[in-house]
Amino acid sequence: MKPVIRVQADDFDPAAEAARLEAGGPGAVATFTGIVRREGDLVAMELEHYPAMTERALAKIAADAASRWAVTALTIIHRVGRLTPGARIVFVGAAAKHRGDAIEAMHFMIDWLKTDAPFWKREQFADGRSDWVEAREGDSAARARWAGK
Amino acid sequence: MAIELLYFAWVREAIGLDGETVEPPKEVDTVAKLVDWLAGRGDGYSEAFADPSRLRVAVDQRFAGFDTTLEGVREIALFPPVTGG
Repeated sequence: MKPVIRVQADDFDPAAEAARLEAGGPGAVATFTGIVRREGDLVAMELEHYPAMTERALAKIAADAASRWAVTALTIIHRVGRLTPGARIVFVGAAAKHRGDAIEAMHFMIDWLKTDAPFWKREQFADGRSDWVEAREGDSAARARWAGK
Repeated sequence: MAIELLYFAWVREAIGLDGETVEPPKEVDTVAKLVDWLAGRGDGYSEAFADPSRLRVAVDQRFAGFDTTLEGVREIALFPPVTGG
């Protein structure tokens, strides 16, 4: 099984990605789509990454998921560049024979993506202010949750 | 021994460069010592590297610890904790 890994500026189509995972009739498909939250006076989010390392880091997350759960297909897509509120940022999906494997593999991949892939977000606000997003303690806790599984 | 350095996010902004090639002296043989050595350059470097607990590192494009040796290393990236997803 070769996971689909893409890092791109362009938008993606979650329905088309889900359909790709459904092909072949795996039994279960679980997907997650992350969206730029519309809140306060946020006008855009700039996503920077480490191009030489990013795809390798995402491939490692997918490989770790594949070694833990009986999955038949995996997809990770992450956008970079300038994204406005409501825009899709990230998609992860897993196909498996049974729902437990698909759901857990998908959940694992999005939790690990938060802490183990070289992306950085910068928020831009209506008054011209711009701040780098701080890493959240909760993200490390979410990652740690999978350690015993 | 030349090492390719890469900086991301506010580390890049503080230093004003997205990367550079350095030749640290022989006694600078771990990532921790490299960060100290770079901080000693002053200005943006001391600002970016004043508090190593705010930094993360990748050695030859893999996440690594500050105790990693520089022996045979070609590329080191220094950056804040990641915030993707």
